[in-house]
Amino acid sequence: MKFTARVWKFPDNINTDLILPNRAFYLTPEEQVKFVFSANRPGWVDLVQPGDILIGGRNFGMGSSRPAARSLRNLKLGCLVAESINGLFFRNSVNFGFPALECRGIEAAFEEGEVAEVSFDDYTVRNQRSGAVLTAEPLPETLKRLMQAGGLFPLLEAEGYLAAKAV
Amino acid sequence: MGMTIAEKILARASGRERVAAGDLVTVKVDTVVLFDNNFMPSIWQEVLKLEHPERVVVIMDHRVPAPTIQSAGAHRTARRFVEKFGIARFHDVGATQGICHQVVADQGYALPGTVLVCSDSHTCSAGAFNCIARGVGGPDVMYAATKGETWFRVGATVRYELTGALRNGVTAKDVFLHIAGSYGEHATQNIEFGGPALAGLSISARKTLATMGAELSCEFATFEADTALADYLRTCGKSEIAAVHPDADADYFGVRTIDLDTLEPLVALPDSVLENSRPISEVAGTRIDQAFIGSCANGTLDDLELAARVLSGRKVSSKTRLIVTPASQQVYLHALRSGVIAKLAEAGAVITNPTCGACGGGHMGVLGPDEVCITASTRNFKGRMGDPSARIYMASPATVAASAVTGVITHPGKFLN
Repeated sequence: MKFTARVWKFPDNINTDLILPNRAFYLTPEEQVKFVFSANRPGWVDLVQPGDILIGGRNFGMGSSRPAARSLRNLKLGCLVAESINGLFFRNSVNFGFPALECRGIEAAFEEGEVAEVSFDDYTVRNQRSGAVLTAEPLPETLKRLMQAGGLFPLLEAEGYLAAKAV
Repeated sequence: MGMTIAEKILARASGRERVAAGDLVTVKVDTVVLFDNNFMPSIWQEVLKLEHPERVVVIMDHRVPAPTIQSAGAHRTARRFVEKFGIARFHDVGATQGICHQVVADQGYALPGTVLVCSDSHTCSAGAFNCIARGVGGPDVMYAATKGETWFRVGATVRYELTGALRNGVTAKDVFLHIAGSYGEHATQNIEFGGPALAGLSISARKTLATMGAELSCEFATFEADTALADYLRTCGKSEIAAVHPDADADYFGVRTIDLDTLEPLVALPDSVLENSRPISEVAGTRIDQAFIGSCANGTLDDLELAARVLSGRKVSSKTRLIVTPASQQVYLHALRSGVIAKLAEAGAVITNPTCGACGGGHMGVLGPDEVCITASTRNFKGRMGDPSARIYMASPATVAASAVTGVITHPGKFLN
């Protein structure tokens, strides 16, 4: 699994209220994506392109357990690379099938708009302009497989625990 | 090397001799709590099979009574689920309703040495009961509910050794604001609370601190067990408990001593609680439109009693409004019988039914554009309680009540003499 795309940078301790505000609570998952970062970066969702890569600071995704990772996935972002990822957000990333990696030094290695090459095979992140290569924290194999397979709901459906989502 | 409380519980629940920071473990889950948001159409998928319905608890809390048709639909889905699987521990709108973490406390659902999960981030609240409890998000809570297990990454443990005693007007919330202000986030780490000051901290105070562990981004926030805990659980009808104590040579990432006598009331400035705490003197006089006391962190009986002490014989300023949300119907009833609710209402506070309410900006006190709020709840994030332009300060129930009286951010000291 590899991603090559433009990066967008966000600071430390981005919380999930910013990604999925309460105002969007009653909307469908598809409609909720319009509210991503609407409080701290209005208009951003109109600029971001499918496949783009998010670069975060420390403790990305702190706060509420709401399905914020699903909104980032539905926004068709390629993946997230952050200095560190909040434990609960990471679970949701795995479980909603949104690829996410922790990588020390990522913030300093990129300016917004530069192109990153992110590999979930050898866990490297390369800055195309500077040529700098960073090594990310490897994911446990089981979690990586789950993330790649689209997360937990498809698994629980396949095992007969949950009915398929009504469309 | 010995193990910390969290490591011991994780080892037992995963069937291992020992675990250490860095391990990924699969654990048996003793208790799974579902709540109304889990049943919303945007996330719910009908459950076909539950391995252990007796481990599942269902509690209606975030939006009760239903403020919208969508919420009402989710409640209906929940009731059908409860009926389908014969879930005995169901807390619908009514006699035992409340914020799920408070209901877990009221009912003694979290027992020492056990593992409890719920999707909600503030599930760490139950760590006050010497167990490991964690918010795991929507998909993982359904995995735990249907299959009876989940996974955890074992983190390093930071121990807070509490000494001394809190001074008049200083609360567990201020202890949290001190920790968040001084040490910032604790991502990937477990927090363990212990020390001689524990005996002087009520179960409610411990629950406030454990709940706010979510705001420190820790994996688990767990308290040592003592006789006060055993006494409390006995009142919930749980007499046989197996307390878990840390080994004398447990391997801690750090041991930090906090002398409670030295703490003062603090306020977190808007948008973040991490490294954002200030002495009240720095923001005293800031005008407020709304004051809120409630949530799984600050809707306890202790919190309501403290607010009533501040407000007794006084009035909420005509320039502001005070909303008080008891965390559960049990808390509400106790406060009614003891006269606390009357004191609050006489002062001009609006008392809502137990629910998450204004804390999450869902209902019961949503903020408008450019409004300023001081809150004794869990979060002060931008946009959290309503319009993104609103500014939210966070403090203790004492500070919030004092500020409601004056209409500006105010030190509670002189109201508590």
